[in-house]
Amino acid sequence: MTAGGFQMLLNGAWTTIWISLIAIVCGVPIGFGFSLIRVKRVPVLSQIVALYVSLGRATPLVTLALFLFVTLPVFGIDIDKYTAGVVALTLNTASFNTEVWRSAYLAFPQSQIEAARAMGMKQRLYFWRIMLPQMWYSALPSLVNEMTLLIKASPAIAVIGVVDLTRVTNRIAAQTYEPLPPILIAGAMYIVIISVLVRLQRRLEKRAERYAT
Amino acid sequence: MTDLQIVLNEWPRLASGFGNTVLLFGTSAVGAFLLGALMVGPLRSQNKVIRVALHSFVDGMRMLPFLIFVYLLYYGLPTFGVKLDAWTAGLLGLIIYHCAYVAEILRGAWDQLPAGQTESAQAHGYHGHRLMRRIILPQLFLNSAPVFGNQLIYILKDTSFLMIITVQDLTYAASSLQSMYFVPLEPFLIAMSLYWVISLSIEGLVRAVQRTAKVRGLGRA
Repeated sequence: MTAGGFQMLLNGAWTTIWISLIAIVCGVPIGFGFSLIRVKRVPVLSQIVALYVSLGRATPLVTLALFLFVTLPVFGIDIDKYTAGVVALTLNTASFNTEVWRSAYLAFPQSQIEAARAMGMKQRLYFWRIMLPQMWYSALPSLVNEMTLLIKASPAIAVIGVVDLTRVTNRIAAQTYEPLPPILIAGAMYIVIISVLVRLQRRLEKRAERYAT
Repeated sequence: MTDLQIVLNEWPRLASGFGNTVLLFGTSAVGAFLLGALMVGPLRSQNKVIRVALHSFVDGMRMLPFLIFVYLLYYGLPTFGVKLDAWTAGLLGLIIYHCAYVAEILRGAWDQLPAGQTESAQAHGYHGHRLMRRIILPQLFLNSAPVFGNQLIYILKDTSFLMIITVQDLTYAASSLQSMYFVPLEPFLIAMSLYWVISLSIEGLVRAVQRTAKVRGLGRA
């Protein structure tokens, strides 16, 4: 494999990283908002979110990406393959993040809420000042874990023609007729990306344990 | 003719895609669980070489995307003269990739088992295979039903990657209907509902296992 091939792999890795990053940056707050709808039992909306989470958990990313890419233009929404990829990853990760946030909310110690009320805090105040900072600590390890799952699922967007770190190996193999080296290097790059996240997750878990005790 | 009628007229395609997805999912789930169960003992082996080798295999699989691993089998192996067709590569990929995850879940569950229990089983004459099959493995499976349910859903979702190496699964069927008749909406909605049905059945299975676990005084929370 030539230096040009290696450059293509780096570009593919960059595509994988930025698309996943946008999906994460959008997916975490969306999941947070949806989880609030669920725990506050907002009528109708709560049922819709529950359905979305159940469907989002069950739909393969390959199917979702294809669906968005071919269906949205029918409704007059012009969508290029990169946007479709980002939207598919975001919809997918947000459904998982909703559950992460929801369990962080449900696991929050009731005694602290009572203490906050006894101090005269209103719900809005103790939610933002007392609950959210601690929920953030307890949810972060699972959120990072979901990020590794997202990166591992991201090759699905290759199906709509996005040249990510997986797809680029086909391109290189088509030039060199040697498919093995680019696949091995791409695999090594995924291992590097994911092991960074796994290490981050372990560190956050330790910190969360420290805060919990 | 409406789009839905076109799709319904072509139902054998969707049905065969669905059949293939179920077949891939079922076979690889059984295979991955059996292999994973076989691996969990050696993962805790006294022999350092075996332990390190298995741990690096498990960690490696857990850091690779499934599709890259399938590429390795389907496009990479022919370099060594091993040519697999898409089905074999896909099925092998699903089994080998997910058995690492199953083994890791079982190992984690085993760490939670009280050590005294194994010792008392040994005192009652349970050794080797019988100890594993009758005492340890049933508890590991019953204890971690929800985690296994999640893993089954990942296996189901990973089957759809195989359309990229031309396996004619449910997503492939939906996609080919879409491009043949230019009906973008219905085939995918049907496909997504079918995936949903499978995943709801998995969740039902998990609840049933949890009930069994509870009857036997096992299971967390």
